[in-house]
Amino acid sequence: MDGHELVERLRRVVGDRWLLLDEHELRTYESDGLLQYQQVPRLAVLPGTGEQVRACVAACAEAGVPWVARGAGSGLSGGALPVKDGVLIVLSRLNRILEVDLDNGRVCVEPGVTNAAVSTAVAPDFFYPPDPSSQIVCTIGGNVAENSGGAHCFKYGFTTNYVTGLEVVLADGTLVTIGGKELDPPGYDLLGAFVGSEGTLGVATKIWLRVVPVPEATRTLVAFFDSTRQAGEAVSAIVQAGIVPGAIEMMDATTIRAAEAMAHAGYPVGRGAALLVELDGAEAECDAQFTQVTSICAEQGSDDVRVSRDEAERALFWKTRKAAFPAMGRISPNYFVQDGVVPRTTLPDVLVRIDELAAEYGLTVANVFHAGDGNLHPLVCFDAAVEGQAARAEELAGRILDICLEAGGSITGEHGVGVDKRKHMAKMFGEGDLAAFQRLRCAFDPDGRANPGKVMPTPRLCGEVPGVYRQHPLEAAGLAERF
Amino acid sequence: MTTASAVRPASTEEAASALAELSSPVRPLGAGSRAEWGGPDAPGAVTVHTGGLDRIVAHNPGDFTAIVQAGVPFAELQRHLGREGQWLALDPPDRGGTIGGLVATADSGPARHRYGGVRDLVIGITVVLSDGTVARSGGTVIKNVAGYDLGKLFAGSYGTLGLVTQVALRLHPLPARTATLVAAIADPAALTAAVLAMSRHPLEAMALDVSWAGGTGRLLVRFGGVTAAARAADAAKLLHDVDTDVVVDDESIWAAQRSAQRGPAVVKVSALPTDLPAVIAAAGDATVVSRAALGVSYLCFPAGDDLAARVTAARAALAPRPTVVLDGARLVEGPWTAPDPGTLALMRSVKARFDPAGMFRPGTYVGGI
Ligand SMILES: Cc1cc2nc3c(=O)[nH]c(=O)nc-3n(C[C@H](O)[C@H](O)[C@H](O)COP(=O)(O)OP(=O)(O)OC[C@H]3O[C@@H](n4cnc5c(N)ncnc54)[C@H](O)[C@@H]3O)c2cc1C
Repeated sequence: MDGHELVERLRRVVGDRWLLLDEHELRTYESDGLLQYQQVPRLAVLPGTGEQVRACVAACAEAGVPWVARGAGSGLSGGALPVKDGVLIVLSRLNRILEVDLDNGRVCVEPGVTNAAVSTAVAPDFFYPPDPSSQIVCTIGGNVAENSGGAHCFKYGFTTNYVTGLEVVLADGTLVTIGGKELDPPGYDLLGAFVGSEGTLGVATKIWLRVVPVPEATRTLVAFFDSTRQAGEAVSAIVQAGIVPGAIEMMDATTIRAAEAMAHAGYPVGRGAALLVELDGAEAECDAQFTQVTSICAEQGSDDVRVSRDEAERALFWKTRKAAFPAMGRISPNYFVQDGVVPRTTLPDVLVRIDELAAEYGLTVANVFHAGDGNLHPLVCFDAAVEGQAARAEELAGRILDICLEAGGSITGEHGVGVDKRKHMAKMFGEGDLAAFQRLRCAFDPDGRANPGKVMPTPRLCGEVPGVYRQHPLEAAGLAERF
Repeated sequence: MTTASAVRPASTEEAASALAELSSPVRPLGAGSRAEWGGPDAPGAVTVHTGGLDRIVAHNPGDFTAIVQAGVPFAELQRHLGREGQWLALDPPDRGGTIGGLVATADSGPARHRYGGVRDLVIGITVVLSDGTVARSGGTVIKNVAGYDLGKLFAGSYGTLGLVTQVALRLHPLPARTATLVAAIADPAALTAAVLAMSRHPLEAMALDVSWAGGTGRLLVRFGGVTAAARAADAAKLLHDVDTDVVVDDESIWAAQRSAQRGPAVVKVSALPTDLPAVIAAAGDATVVSRAALGVSYLCFPAGDDLAARVTAARAALAPRPTVVLDGARLVEGPWTAPDPGTLALMRSVKARFDPAGMFRPGTYVGGI
């Protein structure tokens, strides 16, 4: 199939209106949420059904053309960055909720449904716990690909703990069901392998999710401390006491200052750290634990513990936390959001290391994070107008990941590897590990057409298994080497 | 070329060099407490004993994580963690099994209701593949999305993809107190209605099981925490015209639930909570242990001449719901319900990539993998 034939075939599948060839229109899709990477695809399709997705992928397979799936494009690692000469498959039209079965605690959705729409569909008695801050826009398909998490994941778990089944179009154009509406169908847990695979193993066209009852009670407090060390120790003491908060979020002095200027929630500017703790669950248990948390905060040195009296006040506490990223624009012209993880107990020391490093680079790093699971989001501030500062900031952001790894952590807790963190993968994983990853990828997509160039640090090809060695065209052309 | 009929590595490295030298089929083995699950191994398969991989490498109480080698006995790990008021929140029926065997079979018990299964608690894994490659995925932190999640792929793979030598685990605090609501309900439809009434409520129960034996049933809902007994009593109010009891000294109830998951022949059923009446109807003379809010049930058949026939009849009655024969797998032709052809082809492809030589337990897994 030549290029022209592919275009015509895709046109027949999705219809004229949903085939985009115009450079202008395609620019909409040149980046995901990480704007420093841009690539215009050769063309984009917006299929309207799972069957159309399958037909598009099958056409690409026949034409030997790579493709990238895209949800809302809110990803922060360049995961949905198009490939040059490739097809972009935009899933926003697949936005139907197919089934709501509350007796069995299940919802079945198409991939383009937004995260927030799932909770809305099962309200008021149920909700869908994984709650990325981008939940109003990001899609369930994107969440599945990234194994997204949110503030409530320390207690409730991540996307992977809530997906029970998927319908997936594989790169050769076949449709398979992995997992199901029920748990534990026999065989390998391909579902576990697919969730978090960043669009490299296929396109999810139908997704079964588990939803859970809304907790009976929610109690929220914010405690202020002189230092992030003190606040970090309070987190450890709370968790050590056997309490699993619904959310436990920390902000440092810089973040408090910026966020308060935007949210006006009365956070005391000048304090070293703010800890937002939310408990939820059965009313009696929640109250008993809340008293304990309040006294732990005081014992760990907080002289200012504020308990929300009503829903409006709770919303205000959260508004400040949620303002943290956008507010940073007020104190710095530009910033990078880093995403790293450390074992929770190392938090206080890691924060000191980050401060030292920021001083060495002469840049400001603001810290806001999901403290329960040690997921840091350092915001590396810089001014792009100052020659070389962006590059220095990027280097600093990378060195923060080195600190995370030295502490026994990870290079990403929720944003994924995408294109952005490929360069860090070899620091976290050895050659044997990466080769094993490649085996999985080859099992799903031996020709490497699904979202190529993502996740793995260097392009790799799949050997034939089983059978005899044949040279891949890319290899022959010297563009890639076999691992 | 090694011709030994068994090897017993004491480290991941030793396992790697042993496997690199072998070319015959191999069969990883822990304590053998679930040895008969899955299909029979090829005659002459070399046993790779994990008993030498017996170290609890690290326990980080502050981080609620542990790193454990595959041969560590499950009970020993729990004892160790318990000293710090923590546990690996899995409570499968335990007959002296190892962590490796637990991961390989993805076995679980009543606590799965609250904490999830093996797949949800393994945060990192080290495996040795048939060519001796050592591969790790995940890490030692509870939140991590770097790289593919091989821990989930190997959980429940029955030793057919490679040898698991070490895992990193997420731990939980032991509950301060527990209490169990027990409700006796003899009608399957009413029992199911009671389950649904409970599962639609935000109870935050530790476990929600049904037991069915001798033509009558019980709903068992376990609570943990300082207010456990009060919450169990509150939950009873959701049920009308039902005999209920709150048991504070409840460990023996749950020990019985666990042990009823093992027997002469045990069929595990994947279904939905609303399928419970159908599961009970299909069970015949088997006792039923159901993780009722999850839809996962275990039918435990008493011994007897026609055991195989009873197992087969129950599975046929439950079809197309997938079933797996655990204990007594040898009684039937195929212990696993085969996945649909497309899914099975993908599973075969995974097997072919991870174990191209077909060394790990060939022919013993789903669809003859
Ligand atoms: C302001 C802001 C806040 C954020 N907060 C959080 C947060 O709290 N937690 C968090 O985890 N993330 C967060 N994110 C990141 C992002 O929202 C998530 O990664 C989200 O899951 C991406 O969804 P999307 O629909 O935008 O996917 P996209 O960005 O379009 O795509 C992401 C990846 O998914 C793949 N993909 C998309 N659809 C499918 C499909 N159907 N099948 C297979 N692959 C598919 C793509 O190929 C790509 O690799 C945030 C982003 C922003 C901009």
